[in-house]
Amino acid sequence: MTVPVTIRLQDADFDVAREIAALSRGRTDIGAVVSFSGICRGDGSGDGDAIAALTLEHYPGMAEAEIARHVEEALARWPLTGVTVVHRFGRIVPGENIVLVVTASSHREAAFQGAEFLMDYLKTRAPFWKREEGVSTSAWVEAHDRDDTAAARWKKS
Amino acid sequence: MKVLYFAWVRERVGKAEEIVEPPPAVRTVGDLIGWLTTRGDEYAHAFAAPKVIRAAIDHAHVKPDTAIAGAREIAFFPPMTGG
Repeated sequence: MTVPVTIRLQDADFDVAREIAALSRGRTDIGAVVSFSGICRGDGSGDGDAIAALTLEHYPGMAEAEIARHVEEALARWPLTGVTVVHRFGRIVPGENIVLVVTASSHREAAFQGAEFLMDYLKTRAPFWKREEGVSTSAWVEAHDRDDTAAARWKKS
Repeated sequence: MKVLYFAWVRERVGKAEEIVEPPPAVRTVGDLIGWLTTRGDEYAHAFAAPKVIRAAIDHAHVKPDTAIAGAREIAFFPPMTGG
């Protein structure tokens, strides 16, 4: 059976509840759904100065391909029965969603681990770049070593 | 081949994409970075810290020692900060 996979990049915001419902509607084989939402904070990534917005640049074509490769790997590693990934680009203001990962499975362990794996890889491998727009200045967000460390723990020895 | 730039690499180079024809001695991704750096101050600035720069060939991540032969599209960008 083919596992339903939805991967979407969009500039518009999305409704988390609607995405979860779309994944599980009409099915009786799903026993667990895990969702992760990444949300734009108002305090920025650096010294805590308030930001007005984030602008996300992405590499069209590669972004979809890279997410699809990681979804394929997640499906190979865990018995998932559905995956949805939505990632926004463009201007996002504090309080709005940035990214959503939803994983479904018969049992919770696969759904939890699959969602965490996908988020860790999205952060370090999917070609998106955040630029913070302050009150009077703007700057690219710097990558964090802790994100590389988080992704590295899923590597198979 | 087509070369694309993203985020601050794009800003420093001053363009999002261009067609380049490097000489045959430019064989790897690292060679291409070295060759681009000779094309002007904006390139030298963008690639001043080559270890930081990430690259992709035809939508897949590659290392600096990857050969560029046959590539249709090569992209250069900073470490990713999505999610």
